[in-house]
Amino acid sequence: MNRQTAPTDWKGSVMQSRIAKRYAAERRFKLFGLGAVLLSGAFLAFLLFVMVGNGARGFMYTHVAVPVDFKAMPLTIDTARLGDADADQVIANAGLADIVAFAADEALGADGSKLISENAWKEVRSAIKDDPELLNGKTVFELPAASEVDIAAKEGAKGVLGAKVDALEKDGKLSTGIHWPFFRNADATDPAVAGIWGALKGSVLTIFIAFLIAFPTGVLAALYLEEYAPKNRWTDLIEVSINNLAAVPSIIFGLLALAVFINWFGLCQASPLVGGLTLALMTMPVIVIASRNAIKSVPPSIRDAALGVGASPVQVVFHHVLPLALPGILTGTIIGMARALGETAPLLLVGMRAFIGDVPGGICSPSTVLPMQIFLWSDEVDRGFVEKTSAAIIVLLIVLLSMNAFAIYLRNKFEKRW
Amino acid sequence: MTFNAAALLLLIAGLALIGWLAGRARSNLLAGRAGKKLHSRPQYHGWYVALWLFAPAALFLAVWSAVSPGLITNQVIATEAAQSLPEFGFERGAILSDARAVAQGKQAAVRLPAAAPLVKPYADASHKYAWIGIAAMLALALAGGLYAFTRIKPDFRARTRVEKIVMLFLLLASLVAILTTFGIVLSLLFESIRFFRLVSPAELLFGTEWAPTSGAPQPDTFGGIPLFWGTILIGAIIAMIVAIPIGMMTAVYLTQYAAPVVRKWVKPILEILAGVPTVVYGYFAALTVAPALREFAVMLGIPNASTESALAAGIVMGVMIIPFVSSMADDSINAVPQAMRDGSLALGATPNETIRQVLIPAALPGVMGGILLAVSRAIGETMIVVMAAGLSANMTANPFASVTTVTAQIVKLLTGDQEFDSAKTLAAFALGLVLFIVTLLLNIVALRIVKKYREAYE
Repeated sequence: MNRQTAPTDWKGSVMQSRIAKRYAAERRFKLFGLGAVLLSGAFLAFLLFVMVGNGARGFMYTHVAVPVDFKAMPLTIDTARLGDADADQVIANAGLADIVAFAADEALGADGSKLISENAWKEVRSAIKDDPELLNGKTVFELPAASEVDIAAKEGAKGVLGAKVDALEKDGKLSTGIHWPFFRNADATDPAVAGIWGALKGSVLTIFIAFLIAFPTGVLAALYLEEYAPKNRWTDLIEVSINNLAAVPSIIFGLLALAVFINWFGLCQASPLVGGLTLALMTMPVIVIASRNAIKSVPPSIRDAALGVGASPVQVVFHHVLPLALPGILTGTIIGMARALGETAPLLLVGMRAFIGDVPGGICSPSTVLPMQIFLWSDEVDRGFVEKTSAAIIVLLIVLLSMNAFAIYLRNKFEKRW
Repeated sequence: MTFNAAALLLLIAGLALIGWLAGRARSNLLAGRAGKKLHSRPQYHGWYVALWLFAPAALFLAVWSAVSPGLITNQVIATEAAQSLPEFGFERGAILSDARAVAQGKQAAVRLPAAAPLVKPYADASHKYAWIGIAAMLALALAGGLYAFTRIKPDFRARTRVEKIVMLFLLLASLVAILTTFGIVLSLLFESIRFFRLVSPAELLFGTEWAPTSGAPQPDTFGGIPLFWGTILIGAIIAMIVAIPIGMMTAVYLTQYAAPVVRKWVKPILEILAGVPTVVYGYFAALTVAPALREFAVMLGIPNASTESALAAGIVMGVMIIPFVSSMADDSINAVPQAMRDGSLALGATPNETIRQVLIPAALPGVMGGILLAVSRAIGETMIVVMAAGLSANMTANPFASVTTVTAQIVKLLTGDQEFDSAKTLAAFALGLVLFIVTLLLNIVALRIVKKYREAYE
């Protein structure tokens, strides 16, 4: 029996309005999608904008011109000792700090010494060490201003301080320049002399140790699992634990390091050695997974060909598979290392959050890392540290983004499609 | 003369290089003399000799540098000068380490007067044991090298032997992962059991009062519920409310609507969000987002609005996870067979209807798995909550109030100046165990869902 239905009237107003509604929904949906993309993009842009806006000023610092006349206030030291290892101590003992403070009082009016950083005399000291002739005459030094003066000069301030800063500015005694101590020094309590070099060196040492351990171990483990491992319960266990380790929260690795490396092995606390070992355990699974994918993408025909001309299984892997997979392995490794470089939480637990005023000397000396320095500075009460924190963030982001960019470049340049 | 392990390692590495050259030369020489072809290429003979030279000596070096400090201390304690040492405790250790530092030249003079008579015995003992160690190590290296050297013959299967050792290294490297897993499980379990001797597991899991630093009159309480609630509120609720819709819509737009060129550029840019270190997000949340939210809350007249709010931490964490959710959703949508999409479009459905009624339901298991992984990542996140969510354990549903999380409390408990055995530090390990188990379960379930779903379409 034929069922008779009236043909749909596509041109009718009912269907037309329905189609219009569906198309409107379509447009709305597409707009939502675009909105989501733009929203995340906007958030990223806002984040970078805030950091760069705050941080760009952190690379600059206000300096006050202070004439110091060593003829009027002689610094009595034996110039022959300036080349010695303890020259810093010698100059400090001779009372340079007082001379500089006095000179500042004289040049900038009463309390003038409060307008310059309390560590400003150290700049004079290194100038004297470079050129002992300065001790025989009068020199105008550009000394770092006190933190409040620096902020007042950058943002404008009211009250007594504001008036003083304005007066200094009118006299042409203030100047702004790149803040070299920021790149040269380790952490300090005074923002005028606090720098990131100590943390940066700590980061480099830590990442170096992590790389030294995680890269060979990760690649060898990946080679074993991908090329040789028999399918049995043991290899299953290895595989499961690698996949799980890659997803374990980083702070758990900190607990492990605290319990094993510090309390059990008694390795040096807060050192790049322990930090590097912790990060190595954390990055190794990432490297294994990336390496396995790279090894998997090497076509079997290459293995068969090598075996066919008489290479042993070990020769097949080390002479053919590994070199071909290396670009992919390196890409994964760099990305894993960049992640480790930005990691803070596990290092908090192994003691790397202590205040370290010196640049670390070796892998066993107490040190801090760049993300940790950011965390420590973000807790500082002194307002001068706000822009230092953002400046340190800019440095960290530049390092991380260039690592990632290099990884992407490597992938695009060397990856082969078989 | 002290025992410098790094220098000695370099020394035997140098010897191994000589062994390599000698082994290679000898195999060539013997083959030429006998007029036979070598079974293995000459460098494998070299490697064989070098490995025999290096491995036993290096192993001995590792054992000796672990054992010898104890032997040295024993000998020092046996001397007459050490009879006046205090019996036990911190002072004894301090005197001994002071004397050791001077004897090893790390320190110019003793800091504790009691250590002065011990310097010479220390120097003598370390001198003696250093020589014993070096002599034994060299003897081992030479014996190993000579043994391997004498075995070289044209038909000696050096390659097979060397390859066996290479395989051993590969196996050892892959065992590191298991060791790490065991290390995590054992260290967490061990410390947690010690904690549970002091505080019952029921209190940690079901107690509603978290006050590990209360004053002396009240005993410390370790009720974990406020922490678990804070963790769920930030990581599983607020962060997901931000990340799931934005991440999903981003994935849908980029896979279904965007031109390939747009996709090629936008995707890596969004990936940057995942590459920004968490400490930067934390700083951003604490410095910019939290104060803005607080002002907003005050404007709305919400009570207990704090500068450290669950909302600030949750929103920023959600943004951090967007790329993760989006790439998981991307994978799942791409895994849906093209035929399903084409079929739906052919029936006259708009792309939007196809996506909502065909693609997403079909991709749902994969998406769910991805969301579970994202939750596990969010609840394990530390720096954002440490910097932006605060440390006060509140049981509140008010997102503008300050809450705390498991990870933030672990950091707080372990970064004070505490002795290692107090209930407070042990509590951190118990919290770590809870966190580990929960994230592990989430990961296992998620991976299983994803895997099953992939198989369904293959």
